Amino acid sequence: MFNSILVIAEQKEGALRKGAIEAISEAKRISGNLSAEIVVLVIGNNLKDSVKNPAFYGANKVLVVEDANFDNYITLNYTKAVLTAAEKTKPSIILFSATTSGKDLAGSVAAGLETSALQDSISLDTASGTVSVRRPVYAGKAIITSKALKSPAIVSLRPKMFAALAADKSKTAPIEKLEVTLDDVSNKIKVKEVKKSDTKKIELTEADIIVSGGRGMKAPENYKILEELAGLLKAAVGASRAAVDAGWRPHEDQVGQTGKTVCPTLYVACGISGAIQHLAGMSSSKCIVAVNKDPEAPIFKIANYGVVGDIFDVIPALTNEIKKHQS
Amino acid sequence: MKIVACIKRVPSTETTVRISADGKSLDSTGVEYIISPFDEMALEEGLRIKEKVGGEVIALTLGTADAATTLRTCLAMGADRAVLIKDDKVYQKDPYSVAYALSNVLKELAPDIILFGKQAVDDDNSQISAMVAQIMKLPSVNLAVKIELNGTQALVHREIEGGSEILEVTLPAIFSAQKGLNEPRYPSLKGIMAAKKKTIEEKAATFPAAGIETIKMEYPPSRVPGRVVGKGAEAVPELVRLLKEEAKII
Repeated sequence: MFNSILVIAEQKEGALRKGAIEAISEAKRISGNLSAEIVVLVIGNNLKDSVKNPAFYGANKVLVVEDANFDNYITLNYTKAVLTAAEKTKPSIILFSATTSGKDLAGSVAAGLETSALQDSISLDTASGTVSVRRPVYAGKAIITSKALKSPAIVSLRPKMFAALAADKSKTAPIEKLEVTLDDVSNKIKVKEVKKSDTKKIELTEADIIVSGGRGMKAPENYKILEELAGLLKAAVGASRAAVDAGWRPHEDQVGQTGKTVCPTLYVACGISGAIQHLAGMSSSKCIVAVNKDPEAPIFKIANYGVVGDIFDVIPALTNEIKKHQS
Repeated sequence: MKIVACIKRVPSTETTVRISADGKSLDSTGVEYIISPFDEMALEEGLRIKEKVGGEVIALTLGTADAATTLRTCLAMGADRAVLIKDDKVYQKDPYSVAYALSNVLKELAPDIILFGKQAVDDDNSQISAMVAQIMKLPSVNLAVKIELNGTQALVHREIEGGSEILEVTLPAIFSAQKGLNEPRYPSLKGIMAAKKKTIEEKAATFPAAGIETIKMEYPPSRVPGRVVGKGAEAVPELVRLLKEEAKII
């Protein structure tokens, strides 16, 4: 039997992240057949609206851990907060969003409960009374189905794979402060400095549209034609491993098996030939557009729409054409 | 400084995945194995720390007998010792079992620094380093892109979405390597020769009850075959029309 579902809702500067809203929405969907209470835990400092908003998506109760020890993500501290909440609510499932810190936290919490996390799940099934998920392995070259053997089940949900419910702003839920006693070992780690490189930058794994450039971009300054197109489409800019290894783009922009796995609505691959490692990271995109001058490039095998040609002709033309349509 | 780099033997990233007859694992026929790329960065960082402050680097893995080959590569890169926690059925073990078995040996080794890759590029679980930290009650930093040591303190730069953080950590501690931390070296000929003479210590694994179980493995849904819209800038109006009217995206 399922008691409650505990959702760990990640926030950024006082606003719920998209992945958190998706996780609460998924909890709401599965609670229907489980008649389980949805408890949402928000951790941080200066949390603002992020404690009020979980109710809009179906939270029955919000637990809040808010103080300076939780200003930044520290595995030990956040784990203690989740374990304290789990002790209190005795959930059957703990849901996370599979962001980089979400996966780290899910793993740590799982170990604290002597089990494993079902990471980066793309679907969640509770119908049979057990919790099972489907999740990509080998960066998406295969999908496995795994089930939880212990309770609570620890599950992280891949961003953008679970639909967010529309906010019902008339809904409210009780908000309760949760006291967390940190272990002594917490003194051994602290954040000294935070550097925000670009706060407006759209995170690749959360982007609806990605414009990505590879070796064919030839030089770092040429990315400005992609940035212009991306600006128009409200898209994130990605890169292939070749472009990152050449030092043209930062590591965090890399898509593929040793970079990020992404599943946007539209992926525009520019001057990317389509090595197997790159295809693994982006082939679950809903629609793929490829522009490459080599008609034999493997990327054309999976592109919904391919254009054979020089990116320096095609991309500016594409930017202009979209401008025309938008005005 | 005693440093342990935990590494995993994984199929090369160029591998085309074929599913074996049991329907839940990889068919390893003809598969080439490598050190998981992020683990290679972890080992490299261990070697660089040792080169700066002295000490010993131990490569540790949990694997089948075949993993000895991978450890041999670690020795050739410059690791002083290699420890294999040997188990024939390791590929069926869940992450908690793996973290538990590693922690048992790590407790014996009592290192100052434990390094992992941020994820193994086979099962993409990204949780072993955080689990070991929890089991051993040690501070941990994931996604490290720079590690600076000052006595028993480490300043660790971590990549976060849209920026970076610097954390101050008192050793012993656990760090996981993210791309950007370093560029791993190739084993030198001298290293390869020296590695042949070193012995690989073997230990038996102890496992707890599993927390999750894999039921089946499938291929991802296949995409519709690619379609070329046209050539050069002339193809752009048709491309935009398709994106608008057929795909309904823009």
